[in-house]
Amino acid sequence: MTIDTDLLAALPPADEATITRLQARLVDAATAEGILDVAYRTLDSPVGPLLLAATGQGLVRVAYAREDHDQVLAMLARRVNPRVLSAPARLDPVARELDEYFAGMRTQFDVALDLRLSSGFRRDVLARLPDIAYGTTASYASLARAVGNPRAVRAVGSACASNPLPVVVPCHRVIRSDGAAGSYAGGPEVKLALLALEAAA
Amino acid sequence: MGGSRNWQSRRLLGVAMKPFEQVVTEHGPTVLRVCRAILGPHEAEDAWSETFLSALRAYPDLPSGSNIRAWLVTIAKRKAIDQHRARSRQPMPAGELPDQPATDRYPADCDDTLWAALEALPRRQREAIAYHHLAGMPYAQVGELLGNTESAARRAAADGMRTLRNHYRGAAS
Repeated sequence: MTIDTDLLAALPPADEATITRLQARLVDAATAEGILDVAYRTLDSPVGPLLLAATGQGLVRVAYAREDHDQVLAMLARRVNPRVLSAPARLDPVARELDEYFAGMRTQFDVALDLRLSSGFRRDVLARLPDIAYGTTASYASLARAVGNPRAVRAVGSACASNPLPVVVPCHRVIRSDGAAGSYAGGPEVKLALLALEAAA
Repeated sequence: MGGSRNWQSRRLLGVAMKPFEQVVTEHGPTVLRVCRAILGPHEAEDAWSETFLSALRAYPDLPSGSNIRAWLVTIAKRKAIDQHRARSRQPMPAGELPDQPATDRYPADCDDTLWAALEALPRRQREAIAYHHLAGMPYAQVGELLGNTESAARRAAADGMRTLRNHYRGAAS
């Protein structure tokens, strides 16, 4: 058995370039057939690597590194569809817009969104967030009033915390009534960095 | 009762269904080696592509706990047969692979001597080696794939490995 294993070790595994080429071919064929259900890529950004994932309907998830990209992909396989493939080209438009945003050249995003990972009250809250203009902030309390439930301040907070599309859906613009930034999926320092970026632009 | 069972099966399904990208990363290189061993280097790439496209199509319905590598190798064998049948000028008996794979030059990352020796083996021995030694399938499964018994599969692999060893010693000295 050992001899056999050693012998066959002389049959080298496929080189990385070949596998990469075959993977690209698979993505093309799956796209043509309409069975690439979740496409993803990562994007280097000033706030660390971001995972971007899209369905046929639109951008479905943006995730910070501290959320653990492997865990997020496993969740997408479970909750959306296990046909998940790395397909950077599919995410090029949103990647470009994010690059522009981080360069201070873009104040809103113009890509289709798939909000299926959020539902009910949380989704209602997320739907309000794009109304908060670039460079401004709103309090959790004022957002609770805006969705018609002024006592649901905590629920608004957890809706923001569970935002599947941070940065693009601007939950970072929601802060505490006393002016403190409050918590954030990317970490409080990232929230402050985004607010500073928008204030400076 | 029904509710909790449903929850449990959903949980199990969740555990089993990794993102397909992970399936490609974990098994892609092995499946390519298997395809090369049974088809030769160039047809192997088309067989690999067909295998993973077909697997992607069926993946959401794959029962939880399935042996993914064995599933992929089974698809690869079917694709290899389809492909060979489509390309062959002479009609092949159903379910048969060529006695000799295509004899094009091997890619740069291949050990020519050993691949050539593998290529010269009878089809059954070549397949038995690919499924057992390259894909790590137990002989019982290899026998099923070859349409014979566990012991016949074991014998085919052993005979093939003996020839390869002799050949390789001869080439190395």
